[in-house]
Amino acid sequence: MPNVSVNGEKRDFAGDPNMPLLWFIRDELNLTGTKFGCGAGVCGACTVHLDGVAVRSCQTSVGDAAGKSVTTIEGLSPDGDHPVQKAWRRLSVPQCGFCQAGQIMQAASLLAKNRAPTDEEIAEDMSGNICRCGCYQRIHQAVRLAGGGV
Amino acid sequence: MTMLQYFDQTFKPRAAQGDACIENVSRRSILGGMLGATGLVLSVRFAPADAREKLKLYPTGADAMPNKWVADPKVFVAIAPNGEVTIVAHRAEMGTGIRTSLPAVVADEMEADWSRVKLTQAPGDEPRYGNQDTDGSRSMRHFIQAMRTTGAAMRQMLETAAAAKWGVEVSRCRAKNHQVVLLDESKKETGKTLGFGDLAIAAMALPVPPQETLLYKTADEFTLIGKGEFQITDLHDITTGKARYGADVRLPGMKFAVMARPPVLGGKIKKYDASGALKVPGVEAVFEIDGVYKVPRVFGILGGIAVVANSTYAAIKGREALDIEWEDGPNADYESVAFDKEMSKTAAEAGKVIRNQGDPDAAFANAKQVFSADYHAKHLVQAPMEPLVAIARIANGKAEVWAPVQSPYGARKDLAENLKMPIEDVTVHVTLLGGGFGRKSKWDYMVEAALVSQKLGGAPLLMQWTREDDIRHSFYHTVSVERIEAAIDEGGKVTGWRHRTVAPSIVSTFKADNGYSFPIEYGMGFVNTPFDIPNVRCENGKAMAHTRIGWYRSVSTIPHVFAVQSAVGELADKLGRDPKDFLLELIGPDRKLDPKALGFPDDFWNFGDPYESFPIDTARLKNVIRIAAEKAGWGRSMPEREGLGIAAHCAWSSYVATVVHAKIDSDGTIRVPEVTTAVDCGLYVNPERIRSQLEGAAVMGMSNALYSGITFKGGAVEQSNFTDYDVVRMSNYPKAVSVHIVDAPHGTHSGGIGEPGIAPMMAALGNAVFAASKKRIRSIPAGEKIA
Repeated sequence: MPNVSVNGEKRDFAGDPNMPLLWFIRDELNLTGTKFGCGAGVCGACTVHLDGVAVRSCQTSVGDAAGKSVTTIEGLSPDGDHPVQKAWRRLSVPQCGFCQAGQIMQAASLLAKNRAPTDEEIAEDMSGNICRCGCYQRIHQAVRLAGGGV
Repeated sequence: MTMLQYFDQTFKPRAAQGDACIENVSRRSILGGMLGATGLVLSVRFAPADAREKLKLYPTGADAMPNKWVADPKVFVAIAPNGEVTIVAHRAEMGTGIRTSLPAVVADEMEADWSRVKLTQAPGDEPRYGNQDTDGSRSMRHFIQAMRTTGAAMRQMLETAAAAKWGVEVSRCRAKNHQVVLLDESKKETGKTLGFGDLAIAAMALPVPPQETLLYKTADEFTLIGKGEFQITDLHDITTGKARYGADVRLPGMKFAVMARPPVLGGKIKKYDASGALKVPGVEAVFEIDGVYKVPRVFGILGGIAVVANSTYAAIKGREALDIEWEDGPNADYESVAFDKEMSKTAAEAGKVIRNQGDPDAAFANAKQVFSADYHAKHLVQAPMEPLVAIARIANGKAEVWAPVQSPYGARKDLAENLKMPIEDVTVHVTLLGGGFGRKSKWDYMVEAALVSQKLGGAPLLMQWTREDDIRHSFYHTVSVERIEAAIDEGGKVTGWRHRTVAPSIVSTFKADNGYSFPIEYGMGFVNTPFDIPNVRCENGKAMAHTRIGWYRSVSTIPHVFAVQSAVGELADKLGRDPKDFLLELIGPDRKLDPKALGFPDDFWNFGDPYESFPIDTARLKNVIRIAAEKAGWGRSMPEREGLGIAAHCAWSSYVATVVHAKIDSDGTIRVPEVTTAVDCGLYVNPERIRSQLEGAAVMGMSNALYSGITFKGGAVEQSNFTDYDVVRMSNYPKAVSVHIVDAPHGTHSGGIGEPGIAPMMAALGNAVFAASKKRIRSIPAGEKIA
């Protein structure tokens, strides 16, 4: 039986270990901040952290996450004041907002390993996260702003 | 450069002629990061007490919409005894910011303190709230007057209630920042005040004053409208994952379902075997749902097989295990390649005349030169980031449906009909929409969920569309060929213009298809091209629909304006003219177009607005062109493989001009380092959201022009997901988009913002690619690389 830590809480799962982490998080744990966008790992809306690193939860099974630590948007910061979240609000990044949890998780993971990414590094690291509203310019600025500390 | 300097330079709103300037105090507030609970950042000024004015309402298209408009404070406003004001947002939020902006108009007029205002989302109930179809870039255009009237009436009721309490003339009571202030005989403040909370019960008991007696704020009295910036109400929740979209609704005992739908429109199940699906752990039921096969289908469901399970995962796995044989029906021959050829043939021949002015045949016969070009566009799918989803429950004779929906009342009526229940017993709750772009105006996904729930005895059920479902079962933006011909005289003047449009029509979804478009499509940049050319003919060639055609953000301006504005660029090149000067010359003198004199059709559709309220004003169009050109540094010399392109139009009663700076990499990749857009949308409310809409339009316009296309083979959509339906990503996006908002004279009627930015971006990009490479895009999507 996979045992996964989600936002610091141990969670058991008795079902199919092949179930994508996305559906475990959303349908079993009712943590709905993580979004379903494509189911194919090509849009980034479902991005969470696995041991601190951004992964697509639609392409990561519950079994893959066994014994590991999962962080969702709800667990990124206790008060919602992670520098990335603050930068996002300061620049009013979101339009519809649906992709933004994934964008924020991706950006937080990038900045955790690289505090001052170049423009090219930002573009490359964030290019797996689609925003149909087209907030890219502000996402780019917010990543830089968050990297510099808000 | 520090991050804050970077932010300062890149994010600073760039003001066009007297644009909404953010005052220093506001800038400091933003940079200090000390935003209040609602993030309101503005500098409040108060005008003298006698500055308020009566307002004669101008007619808008809202008068012609189902259930029109409502301006009633007793419907839209609630005031708690503690002073907390709640304002109803009756339009759907899909990223435009309208859920915040319309209530902000009420708050401003009623003198509410924005930090003490809460919003509540209306269910689908148009008899109560007025029209709720959140599409057509209509919300602000149609409701700014209603919301101002609601706020002004509420303010006057509060002042009247205070006058009664104090036993003074109402003229001595003045609402100001969430309280009513007592003035002395000389209209000076006495220091005596009553809070809105203290007045709530008495004020709400008063009759609503008639509109013609109301005093409205003047421009210099506004605290929110057009002033400074205010954040969208859901901003904090969006960044913490708390914002609730469709699939985030959770009901006790809720089941999860997906549907297998016919790959070809009108297809039916020949036979199927559910045994494999039923073996999937978690799958609880598999059954057939009948589709709507009669034509026109309107928003009728496609039918198919529902798989119901205890998780979305199990439902999807169950669907994968289904063995279905389909009977494809009459649309199985739809092939995009062949259809494009057929449309080209049609476009080469005379079509049905929709607009005729002067004698175009003579102009072409006498021309020194004739220009002619065909512009091809593929189908598009809206593909909002949130795939379609709806939650339904039927209990005790009442149905409730939750959904991200642009048209909650239309959906409610259709749900009632499908469920065979009286409309009073059906409730539609509107969640946040993770994008809509027109797809979520069509509520087939809600009816599907409700019918599946009904088959299960009303069990709470979430019907999830996967991305593949979304890509393959939409109401597609049409496919088209636009032929543009121009007659040029000896002096290099354009004397004749012929535009032939060939495109399956949206009307085929609603009426028996006759292959021709209808006034709404003609009005989107086809018959109303604002050029000063003496001889014009607009013709429509026949093209039948073989899939569901629907609207997609910017609708028919996409093919029409892309073609017209690309042709202007081509003509400028052919004639050796500067494209911006040539465009201005084609538009000609400052004037309001006279539709009759120009041979517009009698049923000319002006984005739904009465023409007298929203005439096409060439002075405003030329103004945005000049601003965009100037801000973009038009005319500067560009390096090798770089160029500027321009395009402009008037649409949704707003004026937009865009200059694109394109750069072609050595491998041919098209890059967009800069986009400069100028917009005149009349009286505007939240400049920050106008900028974000136009920044987004640059991205979606680039997707449409280079990346996104839907094609059919054997009647079925060939694409399936973002793997093959490509959209702009951060690996190549328009880098620095600057938006310049024209401060139109006070009293200029508000235009739309959601849609007008797309088509000029597409044509300006095509023109910029040409300037950089001498290669012309005539077929979209053109691909990321130019050969």
